Amino acid sequence: MTRWQAFKDSYFLYSFKRDKVAVTSFVIFLLLLVMAFSAPWTAPHNPYDTATIDIMDSNLPPAWMDEGETRFVLGTDIQGRDLLSTMMYGMRVSILIGLGAVILQAVLGIFIGLVAGYAGGRVDAFLMRLADVQLSFSTLMVAIFISAIFQTAFGAGRYEQMAVPILILVIGLAEWPQYARTVRASVLGEKGKEYVEAARVIGLPSMRIMFRHILPNTLSPVLVISTVQVANAVMSEAALSFLGLGMPVTRPSLGSLINSGFEYIFSGSWWITLFPGFLLVLLVLVINLLGDWLRDVLNPKLYKG
Amino acid sequence: MFAFLVRRISQAVFVMLVISLLGFSIRHQIGDPVRDLVGVSVSVAEREALRDELGLNDPFHVQYLRFLKGLLKGDLGQSFFFKKPALDVILAKMPATLELVFCAGVIIVVFSVPLGMYAAIRPKSFFSRLIMGGSIVGVSIPVFLTAILLIYLFSVILGWLPSYGRGELVMVGGWQTGMLTADGWLHLILPSIALSSIMLPLFIRLIRSEMMEVLETEYIRFAHAKGLSKVRVWLVHGFRNTLLPVITVGGVQIGTMIAFTILTETVFQWHGMGFMFLEAVQRADTSLLVAYLMVVGFLFVVVNTLVDILYGIVNPKVRVSGRQ
Amino acid sequence: MNHLLEIRDLEVRFALRSGDLTAIDRIGFTLEKGERMGLVGESGAGKSVTGFSILNLISKPGYIAGGSIFFRGKDLAALSPEEMRSVRGNRISMIFQDPMMTLNPVMTIGDQMTESLMAHRKISRASAEALAVEKLQAVHIPSPEARLRQYPHEFSGGMRQRIVIAIALLTDPDLIIADEPTTALDVTIQAEIMDLLLELCTLKDMAMILITHDLGVVSQVTEKIAVMYAGKIVETGSTENIVARPQHPYTQGLIRALPGSREPGSRLYQIPGSMPNLSAIPKGCAFHPRCERAEEVCRREVPELLKRGTFQRLVACHLVGV
Repeated sequence: MTRWQAFKDSYFLYSFKRDKVAVTSFVIFLLLLVMAFSAPWTAPHNPYDTATIDIMDSNLPPAWMDEGETRFVLGTDIQGRDLLSTMMYGMRVSILIGLGAVILQAVLGIFIGLVAGYAGGRVDAFLMRLADVQLSFSTLMVAIFISAIFQTAFGAGRYEQMAVPILILVIGLAEWPQYARTVRASVLGEKGKEYVEAARVIGLPSMRIMFRHILPNTLSPVLVISTVQVANAVMSEAALSFLGLGMPVTRPSLGSLINSGFEYIFSGSWWITLFPGFLLVLLVLVINLLGDWLRDVLNPKLYKG
Repeated sequence: MFAFLVRRISQAVFVMLVISLLGFSIRHQIGDPVRDLVGVSVSVAEREALRDELGLNDPFHVQYLRFLKGLLKGDLGQSFFFKKPALDVILAKMPATLELVFCAGVIIVVFSVPLGMYAAIRPKSFFSRLIMGGSIVGVSIPVFLTAILLIYLFSVILGWLPSYGRGELVMVGGWQTGMLTADGWLHLILPSIALSSIMLPLFIRLIRSEMMEVLETEYIRFAHAKGLSKVRVWLVHGFRNTLLPVITVGGVQIGTMIAFTILTETVFQWHGMGFMFLEAVQRADTSLLVAYLMVVGFLFVVVNTLVDILYGIVNPKVRVSGRQ
Repeated sequence: MNHLLEIRDLEVRFALRSGDLTAIDRIGFTLEKGERMGLVGESGAGKSVTGFSILNLISKPGYIAGGSIFFRGKDLAALSPEEMRSVRGNRISMIFQDPMMTLNPVMTIGDQMTESLMAHRKISRASAEALAVEKLQAVHIPSPEARLRQYPHEFSGGMRQRIVIAIALLTDPDLIIADEPTTALDVTIQAEIMDLLLELCTLKDMAMILITHDLGVVSQVTEKIAVMYAGKIVETGSTENIVARPQHPYTQGLIRALPGSREPGSRLYQIPGSMPNLSAIPKGCAFHPRCERAEEVCRREVPELLKRGTFQRLVACHLVGV
């Protein structure tokens, strides 16, 4: 039986197909991904190309309203950029930063969690204490703080140039404890089992035991928190950008778009804020719903009732 | 219990030391105390003289110890922008933030406990599904967006509630409060709803899942077998056991609340610590940033320690024998 | 109809997405005042479900699908929730398997005892406490007044089970259902707890249903036995008779598996195979795949519980002649 067939017959796929919410979320998520990453080819305008932007077009309402123009389906923002195109590009930035940050925190967190769980003793106590302290400070607080310090240290101009890698770094550094804790917990569960004992008895090196034997067994909780963490990272990025500690308005993410439209909401230009806001919520919501479903399937003991 | 207290407090002191070291390193690396004191229009030679005088050319650990001594006396450095001690600036802004956090906390407790318990007791009912569906939408809306939506709806469109500021304030002792005037209360409504909006769904989900786990236990079954009324089983037996994990997680979430005040205060132009922090970032007021880190760090540590002690009081295993 | 408890055609099902599973398949038995009965079988036979269904406390998705449970002339299955509540812990008490899990960890022993009394009687807190002390004495817990202020984690497993028994006794019930009351305890303490239960039952003329997989324990404490297999009663009769002359091959297997019944040094007997899953109960006699003497008829027809054999005892086996 091929792997594909095994997958097709699996309980995983079966329960996925039965769950309408999960299927809908997944379809929407794919659509959003396609929208974001095909933006350079499918977006009606290029918001990064200043030559095509006319300030005379600024602050136009959506096409179906009186002053709207059909060129700009969802209207334009304050600089005259087509809102739909800017949102597509902005979502691409948001997703890229979200995924990048989750990969970074996963690598950091899994490594630290493995080491802590496997080594035990003082190393474990120290690393977990660190994770506790950082968590009690809340990841958003840590992210805000690190980025504030980066901005003060680099100055706003250079910070904006390097915003994408900095944001990935900041959110990655802020959120690793989640992974470390989860991985450590499952390592502790696995460590006592006989196959690990056996591997140790036959003299396999610790590194090999950790990565080849223990790590694969921690993957399902890691997968579950990863979905939630992507949603969190996208939210954190939006929050930082909203505070002016993230993406600049010239290369906006969804968060900075919301920020740039916020002051115009009082003069009635609701679309600059609300459309990107809706897109952001939709993106986070479908990821969260998928995460919820995944937790139900991979960890059924949570829902005994 | 005594041993437990001593251990918790020594941990708290250790964490404060780590935070102070962090804060000091930041100030050491990117701050410029000379500028903070005399501004930028002073010659290089004069600055150098001042640096020597202030001991800024001393070795790192000497400076750190001096910094620590200052901390103990409440000296957190001088704010470059306000030309005042940083601690005074922060303390003046603190009441605004604390009132906001307090109101949001009340909203969270009042709504999350009954809703979470209901969703646990009747997991399959329509209303429970509604609560759970609503809560997952709730966690997916960023705080600042909730705040904006609230302003748009209640201030811009309906015009019912004020959209920014704290309204009419009264000075009580050193505490500037908005909770003694009707106008102050009106101004509190939207910001506290916005601030509670992200925590509330989290708490509902947390209480529900913990309560569901408790309801599956043998002692709940035994309580039913004793012939107790359902309400008593849920409230007395179920909820008290649910509280333990909720308190632990809740303590951590209070930290998150303070982070979210930065967002809420920004949207509502609420002149509290969070608003001040963001201004300090824009003005590159390093001393004030570090002072904010110290104060917020101190608040977190105090709150977390209190939460742990509270946990000890609720959990007889800790209270009676000091074990954990 | 003067039985204390009479169960007729009780049927319990579990409602699952894939359809209903029958956990208890039309069983019946009676119990007189002060009588002690053992409900015996391997895990999964439906013993505990039977116990819980008497108090209408089956956990979801289980439900009583049919039959009646007459207790002192009233059908418990037809009572309103509030009437049922006044029976639970009052006229019928229950003792659970694991005393480590049965008591609420955040409440004092005293609170957990008095609340039970106050749920059933109009009684002041002080007199409820006095009664609680009296019952703690009855289960031989030293210095009971001080113990009332303590939490469950301050007691050993055996002590906790004594407390659970004291709670069950508070209202002087007519019937105690003890679900594997000694399984989770140390061997030395098991005997003490069993002795205590026996002592209290005879003292107060209380009836007891003892649910256990251990025929050895049952034979020392009870007067009659019902052996359960895959949701059915397969043999029932007086303890003495069944232990001495088991008729059903399953009962015979259980008795042969007792450590006391083998030659010293020989291997312990084990019934081959294991209890079938509820979703895959074999056709015919549910026991036939494990039965050494199974015949063609066993695979085809379900044996009825009838008076069979030389002792005219209720047995459900084709091999024992009617």
